[in-house]
Amino acid sequence: MTPALALAIPSHLVKLAPVDLIIIVFYFALVLAIGVYLKRRANTGEDFFMAGREMTAWIAGLSFISANLGAIELMGWASSAYEYGILATHAYWIAAVPAMLFLGLFMMPFYYISKTHSVPGYLKLRFDESSRALSAICFAFMTVLMSGVNMYAMALVMNIILGWNMSFSIWISAITVAIYVALGGLRSAIFNEVLQFVLIWAGAMLVPILALVEAGGWNNLKLQIIHNTSLQYVHLWRYLGSFNNPEGINWVGVLIGQGIVISFGYWTTDFLEVQRLMAAKDLRAAKMAPIIGAAFKMFVPFFVILPGLAGLAFLPYKLSGASFAVAGSHSYNAVLPLMLVRYCGPGLLGLGITALIAGFMSGMAGNVSAFSTVWTYDIYRALINKKATDKHYVSMGRWCTILGVLVSIGTAYFVMQFLSIMDYVQALFSIFIAPLFGTVILGMFWKRASSAGGFWGLLTGTIAAASMFVWVELNPAAVRYVALSSHASPMAADMYRALWSWIVCVVVTIGVSLFTRPKPIAALSGLVYGETEIPSEGNLAFYHRPVFWAVVVGIVFVALNIIFW
Amino acid sequence: MESKDPISIWFFIGISLLVNGVLILGAGIYEFVHPPANPVVLFRLHASVWWGASLFILGVFYCYRYLPRGTTRK
Repeated sequence: MTPALALAIPSHLVKLAPVDLIIIVFYFALVLAIGVYLKRRANTGEDFFMAGREMTAWIAGLSFISANLGAIELMGWASSAYEYGILATHAYWIAAVPAMLFLGLFMMPFYYISKTHSVPGYLKLRFDESSRALSAICFAFMTVLMSGVNMYAMALVMNIILGWNMSFSIWISAITVAIYVALGGLRSAIFNEVLQFVLIWAGAMLVPILALVEAGGWNNLKLQIIHNTSLQYVHLWRYLGSFNNPEGINWVGVLIGQGIVISFGYWTTDFLEVQRLMAAKDLRAAKMAPIIGAAFKMFVPFFVILPGLAGLAFLPYKLSGASFAVAGSHSYNAVLPLMLVRYCGPGLLGLGITALIAGFMSGMAGNVSAFSTVWTYDIYRALINKKATDKHYVSMGRWCTILGVLVSIGTAYFVMQFLSIMDYVQALFSIFIAPLFGTVILGMFWKRASSAGGFWGLLTGTIAAASMFVWVELNPAAVRYVALSSHASPMAADMYRALWSWIVCVVVTIGVSLFTRPKPIAALSGLVYGETEIPSEGNLAFYHRPVFWAVVVGIVFVALNIIFW
Repeated sequence: MESKDPISIWFFIGISLLVNGVLILGAGIYEFVHPPANPVVLFRLHASVWWGASLFILGVFYCYRYLPRGTTRK
């Protein structure tokens, strides 16, 4: 054990053995080694910000998923499964798979053929500079906040599980991410995300397997959960006819709010995700990557949701909903580590904790690398210094990676002071992403959308969402107007706010576009459906075509929803 | 100018699986020989042994398959 670690570890929920610490230290050493090794391949802007656009479909696809497996994903949804039952699985299925397949088949051709560096960059090409500036500033703000919250969540978890000092966790993980992203750029972030993906699966997979063995199979586990709670905890759709279910949301909120607006907004327009696909080596790889991601995404509930459900079945005490574990009890957030401790002895426990740390760091690195690109290309180069050399922009990218991490650390400490901001971040996501989806989707598929329409739609949609958020904060009873029910949960309010802001964006974009001059048809080539020549896949065998695998994934997706109906 | 072929990400993953596999397998064998006073649930299955062995075998495969061969490219 290193002296630094020894100082930082009083005993808490989990007591690590020396072998566990060796596994954790080895992980940090390996991700740093990868960053140092890749530095020599990050000398140009194309290398640093776009990983040389040479990633295979598998690497891009696994990185695409891994960047999303952050703190809130792993710990948050496991705790949601304990709180809401199997309904939490919607976040992985209806709220991910259809959007990923749509992204791969219909949207990647435009992102890829336009050769843009970012989603705001696409808006510049499709609309104008004002749309790019607005979306870039919103994205940079949201990304740094998300990164800080990831950091805070990780520090909180390490504090609860291991008793590590919060500042120790924040600084160690932040410095590590800053070093490997600043050295190797997007390629380093992607390589480490693939490594982290494998570790997350290797470290977390054993818990659900052993939980099923202990229960004697899925049916017995279900019976145990029903015995301890109710039938509503083990059905995905059956009890969504009203708001009277553990999640306090009905099928409209799940299907349209979560399944269409927030999901499509996040997976198809959040640059943190799309950046990984833009780094693909060719169009086929760019289309296949999100389809591969969707296939793996469908099975993430196995090691995130199932441990939460197993907690409902096996833990001999009730967890509480408090943000912090109160004296004598643990919060919902502790369910995943508690199940880890239940089944994993020395060595396996270290790998499980490493899986959690890897998840936190991949989410943080994803935010930081996306922030670096958007800041450098869409804010600094577009608005501040248009004529610098490529070398200067790479240098700017490295420095703003470090700056982004430092600002994220500040955000993490800020969140520590105001715990309720954890909820606000989920809300901010619905404020910024849902209107952006309206703008991008109309830009890609409606050639009449004008530059003014794009800008005003995005602006009014964002303002509408922010206004609804403030309205409900000031007057909680207003949730009955926003979410159509006074019983709606905060999550349901997020879904409906996203839906209304998307509608405002679309209506304003269409209205303004009809009264303003559209862009000339010649300027839309490579950017809009109907004006872009998509390369034919006629020479490929059917099993090499993205559409074939999208259909396969789609069939499995429908089958899973029916099985767990 | 010549440069070595870049090391594949899958080689790094092989290294990670191999080292973790060895450590977990070793810890599992130690616990098999010296059972702990407070064992985890389902200790009798010795998950550390077979999970560690699986990671080790997978790690050996990836390390061998993606071992940098020292070839050069122009």
